[in-house]
Amino acid sequence: MAESVARRSGLSGLQKEALTGYLFISPWVLGFLFFMGGPILFSLALSFAEWNGIGGLDSVRWVGLDNFHQMTVDHRFYTAVWNTFYFTSVSVPVGMVAGVLVALLMNQKFKSIAIFRTIFYLPSVMAGVASSILFYFIFHPSNGLLNFAINGFSHLLTSIFPALPSFQGPEWLGNPAWAKPAYIIMSLWGVGSGMIIYLAGLQGIPEQLYEAAEIDGADKWQQFLNVTLPMLSPVIFFNLILSLIGSFQVFTQAFILSGGNGAPADAALFYVLYVYQVAFQFHQFGYGSAMAWVLFIIIMLATLIQFKFSGWVYYEGELKN
Amino acid sequence: MPTASQPNAFWLSKRRQAGARDALAFTVIMVLSILMIIPLAWMIAISLKEPQNVFQMPPWNVDWKWSNYSEAWYLQGKPQYLSLDGEPAAAPAPAQAPGQASAAAAGAPEAVSASPSGSAAPAASDEKMSTTEIMMENVRRFIMGQDNKGSFWLYLWNTLFITAVNVVGVLASSAVVAYAFARLRFPGRGWLFVLVLATMMVPNQVTMIPTFILFSKMGWTNTFLPLTLPAFFGGGAYNIFLLRQFFMSIPPDLDDAAKIDGCSTFGIFWRIMLPLTKPALITVAVFCVVYNWNDFMNPLIYLNDSHMFTLSLGLTQFRSLYGTQTHLMMAASTITLMPLMIIFLIGQRYFIQGIATTGLKG
Repeated sequence: MAESVARRSGLSGLQKEALTGYLFISPWVLGFLFFMGGPILFSLALSFAEWNGIGGLDSVRWVGLDNFHQMTVDHRFYTAVWNTFYFTSVSVPVGMVAGVLVALLMNQKFKSIAIFRTIFYLPSVMAGVASSILFYFIFHPSNGLLNFAINGFSHLLTSIFPALPSFQGPEWLGNPAWAKPAYIIMSLWGVGSGMIIYLAGLQGIPEQLYEAAEIDGADKWQQFLNVTLPMLSPVIFFNLILSLIGSFQVFTQAFILSGGNGAPADAALFYVLYVYQVAFQFHQFGYGSAMAWVLFIIIMLATLIQFKFSGWVYYEGELKN
Repeated sequence: MPTASQPNAFWLSKRRQAGARDALAFTVIMVLSILMIIPLAWMIAISLKEPQNVFQMPPWNVDWKWSNYSEAWYLQGKPQYLSLDGEPAAAPAPAQAPGQASAAAAGAPEAVSASPSGSAAPAASDEKMSTTEIMMENVRRFIMGQDNKGSFWLYLWNTLFITAVNVVGVLASSAVVAYAFARLRFPGRGWLFVLVLATMMVPNQVTMIPTFILFSKMGWTNTFLPLTLPAFFGGGAYNIFLLRQFFMSIPPDLDDAAKIDGCSTFGIFWRIMLPLTKPALITVAVFCVVYNWNDFMNPLIYLNDSHMFTLSLGLTQFRSLYGTQTHLMMAASTITLMPLMIIFLIGQRYFIQGIATTGLKG
């Protein structure tokens, strides 16, 4: 059909192809305008305004930089930034090291390895309300599975070495000091999502590189340092950026485990949870937009910094130049 | 023969070393796998226990109380079904274990016929219901619960619907867009694709508030449109990227051959590219199912009416209503996670292939 139209209108082959191209990407272009570019600009405008979202657009009141000024004096904002920073700076590195280690384990050639890969990946598929509710009970101070294990371990130790002091599992989600570690432990359950990407990277490393290293007399550890890590570094870099962005945006777990308000004592008030509260519970759409924009800028800066310091990433293609 | 035995012993010990290393690795894998499984196993164990035993340790003393599962579908107790002559069935219809909470609460049939005052059921009225009406009423009670407050059947249906529409929308639009970026030449293709990739960096929260305002001004809150319509407009940058990488890996000679045979651009896309990228399409579909099944924030923002709830929202309602009924909450959580597990197990062999081909290595 496109051909006949083109023939009649006398378009050249290339023009015809370009027209078809624009037609094919038009869903994305429309989506970009209505659900991405437009909203981004609108939320930028809103971040300089005050609006409860209920009245018409004429009830929008321009307040200049007030929203950004409010952030500097809002102690809950600082708490949310600190909580998110704490969570990110522990869960991302720990999760990445764990992900690489598990991927190395899973890269062996056992017959049953596919089953174990599935077992590891499964939990990361289920990161939602149901698994958050499950972890609510796992972290339960007196009846939870985790403290059952910790207390049992303590009991075991003291029965073998009576001189050791016995210890008890913390209150986890009930104690502001232990709430964030609980979220980090929960995030480790999702290690499979990183693992699967590292695994794909590991399987892309050519076998000859290891054979060559072996001929040169490299032991397993040297092979890991000089072959595996450099070859895997682009994947690690990709995952670093993705998991950083992801951990800045932690929401569902925090909403379910904290009852929607960041309890205990705002220790689980993560950034996006606070944005949600401000916009959809307090109906401060202007302030919420300003906070969302600050998050956007933080994410862009974090990504830029990572690209800036990505000298450790080894790209095989670069050798050719 | 020292010269001969020396290399032999060396080879043997090396093999033994490798064997020991394998055994160690296998043990570590086993232990870690058990750690990963324990939370799920505990969830299922609790879901099968008597209420007073939920936290009993060790957890593997399971009561096998399967009726938790039939009870967990309804937030306010199981509905009572009408028998075909219009009378409330003394023994409730299929899948009902006798002596359950709802029956006990409702008591004798008289109490039941008095109770539907809140619901639309004309069971208490004098005129006799026709068989069709009775059946419709029973279906309604099955889906909506006795008190019309909704049930997990309804939430399951809503979630399935939203997920299915999203899969269709995402597959259709991301494949078309990705094909254009992979194969068709048009001015601006390069920077438009950079723009696609750049949108991956934009946090949802930036667009969330304006999009909410847009949809609520359209009067679309409390409908499924905000949760389904955007899928048809590009299907997400990540999926476009993934499919484009796949299309790029198909040799262009195939297109040329088809073109010579008189195949149109859409024909090449439909008859050649799509069948060849089936693993990638399945990967995209499974990712899409997982995302929509777990999505919490969007339903939370857009859906207020409990008849529109998804499973995620239904579970939170469950938590506030039945915070102490751990066994039912765990049964409901298992019900929520089970379809996801099944879909994942079916689609998982495509995953590694799908992710490996995204061209993560630049």
